[in-house]
Amino acid sequence: MKYLLIAFAVAALQAETFVIQNATIWTMAKGKFVGSVVVKDGKIDQVGEKVMVPQGAKIIDAGGQHLIPGIIDAHSHIAAEAINEGSVSVSSMVGISDVLNAEDISIYRALAGGVTTANILHGSANAIGGMTTITKMRWGKDSQGILFEGATPGIKFALGENPKRAGNSAPNVGGGGGRPARYPATRMGVEDVIRQAFTDAREYQKQWVDYRARLAKGERIAEPKRDLKLDPLVEVLEGKRHVHAHCYRADEILMLLRVADEFGFKIRTLQHVLEGYKVAKEIAAHGAGASTFSDWWSYKVEAFDAIPYNAAIMHKKGVLVSINSDSAELMRHLNTEAAKVVKYGGVSEEEALAMVTINPAKQLGIDSRVGSIEPGKDADLVLYDKNPLSNYAKVQRVWIDGSQYFDRDKDISDRAAKEARKKGLMEKEKQLQTPPMKKDGGAARRPA
Amino acid sequence: MLIRTFLFTAALALAASNDTFVIRNATVHPVSGPKLDNASVMVVDGKITEVTAGKIVVPKGMRIIDAKGLHVYPGMIDSATEVGMSEIGSVRESADTGELGDFNPQLRSSIAVNPSSEHIPVTRANGITSVIVLPGGSSENRGFAFGSLNPIITGQSALMHLDGWTWEEMELKRNAAIQLKFPVIQTMSARAMMMDLPASFPRTTYADAKRSFDRRIAEMHEFFEKARRYQKGKASKEPGLRADLKFEAMIPVLEGKTPLMIVAGKSRTIREAIEFADKEKIKIILAGIDELGDNGPRIKERGIAVILGPTLELPTNEDDAYDAKATLPAEIYKAGIKFAFGSFNTQFSRNLPYQAATAVAFGLPYDEALKAVTINAAEIWGVGDQIGSIEKGKWADIIITDNDPLETATQIRQMFIKGKSVDLSSRHTKLNEKYMGRQ
Repeated sequence: MKYLLIAFAVAALQAETFVIQNATIWTMAKGKFVGSVVVKDGKIDQVGEKVMVPQGAKIIDAGGQHLIPGIIDAHSHIAAEAINEGSVSVSSMVGISDVLNAEDISIYRALAGGVTTANILHGSANAIGGMTTITKMRWGKDSQGILFEGATPGIKFALGENPKRAGNSAPNVGGGGGRPARYPATRMGVEDVIRQAFTDAREYQKQWVDYRARLAKGERIAEPKRDLKLDPLVEVLEGKRHVHAHCYRADEILMLLRVADEFGFKIRTLQHVLEGYKVAKEIAAHGAGASTFSDWWSYKVEAFDAIPYNAAIMHKKGVLVSINSDSAELMRHLNTEAAKVVKYGGVSEEEALAMVTINPAKQLGIDSRVGSIEPGKDADLVLYDKNPLSNYAKVQRVWIDGSQYFDRDKDISDRAAKEARKKGLMEKEKQLQTPPMKKDGGAARRPA
Repeated sequence: MLIRTFLFTAALALAASNDTFVIRNATVHPVSGPKLDNASVMVVDGKITEVTAGKIVVPKGMRIIDAKGLHVYPGMIDSATEVGMSEIGSVRESADTGELGDFNPQLRSSIAVNPSSEHIPVTRANGITSVIVLPGGSSENRGFAFGSLNPIITGQSALMHLDGWTWEEMELKRNAAIQLKFPVIQTMSARAMMMDLPASFPRTTYADAKRSFDRRIAEMHEFFEKARRYQKGKASKEPGLRADLKFEAMIPVLEGKTPLMIVAGKSRTIREAIEFADKEKIKIILAGIDELGDNGPRIKERGIAVILGPTLELPTNEDDAYDAKATLPAEIYKAGIKFAFGSFNTQFSRNLPYQAATAVAFGLPYDEALKAVTINAAEIWGVGDQIGSIEKGKWADIIITDNDPLETATQIRQMFIKGKSVDLSSRHTKLNEKYMGRQ
């Protein structure tokens, strides 16, 4: 019944000049105040308690409401048709941008939860996973249209239980031959896989450096063989690709930081990093960002020392911290996930909201474009009816690049028409295939 | 002299007694009635003896807790969890939720609650003082690697206080309900669904799935039929009747004394579950419903209570409204149905209050949300005379907070279970202190 699943793209309005007035504005750059934001050509033009209203600009009165920069989720798997290439321990040759599905309903739902930008990651089945892609939740656009233009590309690494799980042979759930064991099976093996891969990448990098040098001297020589697996790792060595590393335990976190030191590159973000609070000092010294869950724990052994104070401890010890979702559901309320850092650790409301806006923007290297309400930045804005850290707050409207992509009132008023259209389609389907009864009593139709 | 010594000893005992005290200057939210400003709550031997905004006579030597600027609420109740029964979700050895076999009404969940579980202090730190523990597992590992894949009757749900040296001390009600997971037509195996396998994963045909469903329904009817025969045989002292623990456990259900907690998600399953209950003439509670459909009047007429799952959950169908789960409580409320919230989870049981708050954001009146985690839950589980509100004669299951307990940033300052002051530290607060101290 796939065709019955009506994907109603909210036709994004053409970017226009408009002013949002009288809202409590959480700038995430220059404090919080009641004022106005002027949006022009998809960008934030002015922000202030008083602004110059351009002639002909549409006025949106947001009295009593709260305006924040679009929420940024540094860890998501929505809109991806495939997550793990788990057959090898190093799968840097694959990338999420090749499997993006812009029609995933999760994009619309994320929008309805105030998310405008998300880092879409490869899974955690292998020590070095696939290439990652930053997207904007431009619901209705195609898979090219949702890409965050010009963002530094990334790559997923994974440590601990997940990448070593494949080291145990397992019976196939569907029956059949079962899965053979795949190296690594221990945290020692995970380190080895990463060190070996970068040892190879270094040699490969040198081959190309030598080749280019000799070419420049006018020598006529054959090009080295391209290695699609090592190319992204060379980019990591050269600082052109960000490493986002899935990790849990303090020991493996420290291991990765030291391996990166050895090969002379930086870990851009530690993802999940549930025991980051134990090695906050080392993380801060390396300069890695930490993107964690607010309060997940106890679902596996390596999550048993996870504590909801993690984000606050790392923040207080100088680490750049963001709160992520890793879940199509949780992604829809990262604002109240941030509120948990106020509860557990007592950071201020603005510091907490920064953990889902400007901090993830910095971690992903896109803070010149998004993450705060400042002139010149993309007009990615979210309007809430109440303080966004309250459980009673709801997203009312969302803009990306100055175009409106979500409007709660419209979503609600459209529901009756959608329901009628769905009923009509179901009726049509019934007429198209009056099910002949099979002899075994089962109707010849697909399951509902 | 003798008398004086006696009096002195009695006063000392009163002063030192852990479960006798008075809270003063608080904003008291009894839940059973309007809030009281500058009010007092007196507790003697673990029971509430007085709740008043007026003058109160405090016996000499009684411990006084000044709650100026703070709020007093009844402790909250999670109506579906496996806190204490499962420690680490992925480790079989640490979980006692899923048993083998499809009909197990004789299983008692309370005896598998580990009073030393790290989950207990973590959960109560957010204001939850009692929970319903489910023998059939929560959503976290329901039908996954543990126990039967598609059990029907999973056992007895118990209402437990989150404090006590033993499970016996924790028990509020040993057999609050017997859990039954109503069969559904599934073209994809439960295990495959749990593993989130792709849509291309081989499924059974609808015809096969329907046949399997019909067989399970028939098995369910047969089990009830046999239980009835056993009940009659026992009542008539039938010679040669052999004791059967499964059927024995069914007698209170058949007599309408213990409710059957039927887990039913979809509208169709809910309707079938109600038809089944009508036919068997038993008392039921519906749990984990995903949608109401046209079942509102059907549920209301029969006075069936509902345990609602997480409001912060994805809609069941791709084309459902994005906020379908968040608006369900308001829909249930408007249909005139009594309900309570359950986390259906272990690690997130502590987030129960936020589940209730989300329902408020999406249309449920605030007072109803608060009732759904306190008094309504208590009444549904048959202990409305013991817990669930700040009222004279009830156990002093009390929290003192700095604000609205349904808001995340609110801190629980003190907790009492049966009038006993409860330690609010946990594995989490201890690790926090330890590592904040690392130089």
